[in-house]
Amino acid sequence: MMYNKRYIIPGILVFALACSFPFLLNATSEPYTRPALKLPPGERACIEPTSLMRTDHMRILNEWRDAAVRDGKRVYVASDGKVWEASLQNTCMRCHANREQFCGACHNAVSARPDCWSCHIAPETPGAVRISGGGKLP
Amino acid sequence: MAAAFLFVLGTGVLSLALYALGMTFFLGVVLPYAAVLVFAVGCIRRIVCWAASPVPFPIALTGGQQKSLPWIRQAEFEAPSSGLHIAGRLFLDIVLFRPLLRNSRAETLDTPEGMRLVYWPSRWLWLFAILFHYALLVILIRHLRFFIEPVPACIRALEFFDTLMRIGSPAAFLSGPIVVAALFLLLLRRLYDPKLRYISLAGDYFPLFLLLAVALSGIFLRYWGRTDIASVKALTMGLVTFSPAVPAGIGAAFYLHTTFVAALLICFPFSKLMHAAGVLLSPTRNTAANSREFRHTNPWNGPTRYRTYAEYEDEFRGAMAEAGLPLEKEPGPAGAE
Amino acid sequence: MAKLPAPTELAATSKAIFPRANSNGTGWMNTKPVFKPGSYCYPAKAETLRTLGMPNPHDWSPEAEDWNLPDGWERIIHDAFADRLKKYRSLKLFMETCVRCGACADKCHFFLGTGDPKNMPVLRAELLRSVYRKDFTAVGRLLGKAGGGRSLDPDVVKEWFYYFYQCTECRRCALFCPFGIDTAEITMIARELLLEVGLGTNWIMDPVYNCNRTGNHLGIQPQAFKEIVEMLCEDVETVTGIAINPPFNEKGHEVLFIAPSGDVFAEPGIYTFMGYLMLFHEIGLDYTLSTYASEGGNFGLFSSAALLKKLNAKMYAEAERLGSGWILGGECGHMARVINQYMNTMNGPAPKTMVTPVNPVTGTRFENASSTKVVHIAEFTADLVRHGKLNLAPSRNDHLTVTFHDSCNPARAMGLLEEPREILRAVCNNFVEMPENTIRERTFCCGAGSGLNTDEIMELRMRSGMPRGNALRHVQLTRGVNMLSCICALDRATLPPLADYWAPGVGVCGLHELVANALVMKGEGRRVMDLRQEDLPGVNDGGDPDRCSRPEGTEAEA
Repeated sequence: MMYNKRYIIPGILVFALACSFPFLLNATSEPYTRPALKLPPGERACIEPTSLMRTDHMRILNEWRDAAVRDGKRVYVASDGKVWEASLQNTCMRCHANREQFCGACHNAVSARPDCWSCHIAPETPGAVRISGGGKLP
Repeated sequence: MAAAFLFVLGTGVLSLALYALGMTFFLGVVLPYAAVLVFAVGCIRRIVCWAASPVPFPIALTGGQQKSLPWIRQAEFEAPSSGLHIAGRLFLDIVLFRPLLRNSRAETLDTPEGMRLVYWPSRWLWLFAILFHYALLVILIRHLRFFIEPVPACIRALEFFDTLMRIGSPAAFLSGPIVVAALFLLLLRRLYDPKLRYISLAGDYFPLFLLLAVALSGIFLRYWGRTDIASVKALTMGLVTFSPAVPAGIGAAFYLHTTFVAALLICFPFSKLMHAAGVLLSPTRNTAANSREFRHTNPWNGPTRYRTYAEYEDEFRGAMAEAGLPLEKEPGPAGAE
Repeated sequence: MAKLPAPTELAATSKAIFPRANSNGTGWMNTKPVFKPGSYCYPAKAETLRTLGMPNPHDWSPEAEDWNLPDGWERIIHDAFADRLKKYRSLKLFMETCVRCGACADKCHFFLGTGDPKNMPVLRAELLRSVYRKDFTAVGRLLGKAGGGRSLDPDVVKEWFYYFYQCTECRRCALFCPFGIDTAEITMIARELLLEVGLGTNWIMDPVYNCNRTGNHLGIQPQAFKEIVEMLCEDVETVTGIAINPPFNEKGHEVLFIAPSGDVFAEPGIYTFMGYLMLFHEIGLDYTLSTYASEGGNFGLFSSAALLKKLNAKMYAEAERLGSGWILGGECGHMARVINQYMNTMNGPAPKTMVTPVNPVTGTRFENASSTKVVHIAEFTADLVRHGKLNLAPSRNDHLTVTFHDSCNPARAMGLLEEPREILRAVCNNFVEMPENTIRERTFCCGAGSGLNTDEIMELRMRSGMPRGNALRHVQLTRGVNMLSCICALDRATLPPLADYWAPGVGVCGLHELVANALVMKGEGRRVMDLRQEDLPGVNDGGDPDRCSRPEGTEAEA
């Protein structure tokens, strides 16, 4: 038994629709595949293990930025002891040269919008410097 | 209050324990599905249960001038006389929390006239409530980015406004701290106003604690408990496309957040949170104040049993005749009572 | 009646105290009300309930430990509760949607005056809600007291009786509730549950009994009713020189006029009743009174929906029997609610013999009453005033500075706010409003509505009347108000003691008393007295109070 069906049933339908909205929206779409990243040819490893890079790249970049801008320090010692220049353009982008295909792929998928590119520009010719253990900064 | 707090704490501990036991499929797939199902079915069941009872009488609560004489201005949204007026009234109730805007605080003051009551406007509750509800709405809509691919422009636009201050990197969503602040203010109000403290049940603290847990775990997840957000989207998209899979590398913090959300969804239909639906069904606000113009019917209205005029006249006929009142049946030696 | 404390003392003891030990969760459940003289209305007599066919009539005393509840009373209440849940969506919703935000807490005149935490509307509702949780929800059963539930026991029933007869169903709290939770609805249903086990109050059930038998609350029999009205007409003649002979129970008149019977019987209502009759005479209204339906008020509203329907049914039945086209209702608060929100649904549709009310003088069709065919006299008179159909000398009310008490029911269950003000502005020159938080839709109850206007709880009434009393005192001191007008017969019974206590020197009158005093009637004598037969100021020192407004050509006879 239900009274005021005229209002209640459409109301329930709207609610049910709202609850199932994400499901309905994807009912006809292709199964989701996470964005394929274009990895740099020839390079086997990033500065830190992939799992850490996935979760912490933004933290590392933030730390690099703070160290470089505030203290002028531009050295990053990775967990494996290798030393890198702490630079988005000179280090990261040397390998991950294509901003759209690497950074953008994931960032677009999850609607992350870091502010990197309001100051940095993706370099035309990548030329990052890797300094091997004990080496000096240029 | 302590019980409510412990319950929320327990939910968190349970989540972490299950994660430690490696039950990520349960936390990431079974629990979310179950929670959404309980929420949707539970809410619909409550509404159907409410709708199973009729509104026998048009008990509109008038908060302003009725529709009467043509030159007297009707307060359409306070004494609604048409469907459109009612829609307007409900819209203002729901979108602006209008009844709370009217709120006042009574105080007994020693004035030159003697001790007397004075009334101050009091809109704190309105402010806290509206901050909380709107921030929550923004957060809810923002989360659709995990359930839609590609992320539509409207959600990106909402994110743009929510991060308008561009504080930190990644830029902070303003809705997060707002929702937490509003929840704390609502909680403090409950604790420090003796009236509220006196009436507050465990069931009033519980949603506050749980929502705080949801919000704080979410904020932690975004800014401190670094999460592989691309894997999270793979998980959430798997859920909404019914091809659930749990990608590796999603941390405990994520499951803590989702467990709190699941707990909220599961409790929703059985708690006072159902006020969300109740506000639309409240007969004092959604019936028209036009009951003298249009008859409202009551499905259980029984036969009318009353003392009829004939019975009345039978009892008082003699005296009525003597007083010269008109009668249906003249008193006579034979026709008398 | 016990001696009342001084107003200052009473106000000083009105602040709420929240026992610290109980100030958390369900702590309030540990506090029990104390029944002592003055804290409760006298119980209904078993005989009264029996005659009305009410269930489980029995003798009991509120102060006794044992209330002699009938066998199986728990089941009776539980079943009645289940039945009301099935019948009223409002009840189901109001039991579930409250978030205890506290917006209602300090809106209740009983809470403001007594400081008793359980008089906060939210907690009053919790008295019922706690039982609902335990008896009707799975979660409540599971969580028990921790979830805010409790079992029905004799103490709960006593608490219900105590607090649901400290609510006047005024709906002020509902106005501030974000979900429109209406304590009046909850109180009405709680009182029904109490009546199921034979618990009622004498002050309500006696009028119900009387109204059923004689047609009015006071038990006035037809011949006496006629006699009283004729005496009032003699008084009208003394004051105006005009003889009025109102028709009684006569068929074939256009209008059936039904007033609250309080206006026929008690001061100051009688002056209002004279006012009605003078107005009708002056405009030549084709109307009749009825001794059978001589009551517009309806104490069924304060006891149960079934009784409400039973008593109200007479109005349509009588209109049909007499062949009246429509009904004009007098100044009565809860009568306005019954007519506006219950009558048509319960006892309608209106008899086919009735028509959409049209004001015979102005031609205004009362479209807003086209279905019930009942017009409120404030609407009717406001229409006359607006169209200039009344010859008024407001200066006759110049010795009065008048304020207006919006009665709860016309204000919040009808929206009758402007009509009486339009009339007031026309009939007196000195009309001032009380503070804005105490008038119109935010009006405070007189403190003794819904059948609480009984003398054994006088201190309680003065407490619950404190918000109104304070507001009145305020305008008395700051604006020189000396007359409180209202459109409710219960108000006219409850406000005089309230005014004497909180604002001594302020009188109480009905709207139509002021109308009639200002009404210049065709062929009337020179008015030297008002309807209370008190000298009009200016008369004895030679001035003519209505010199300016007397129409040309009318001769003073007195």
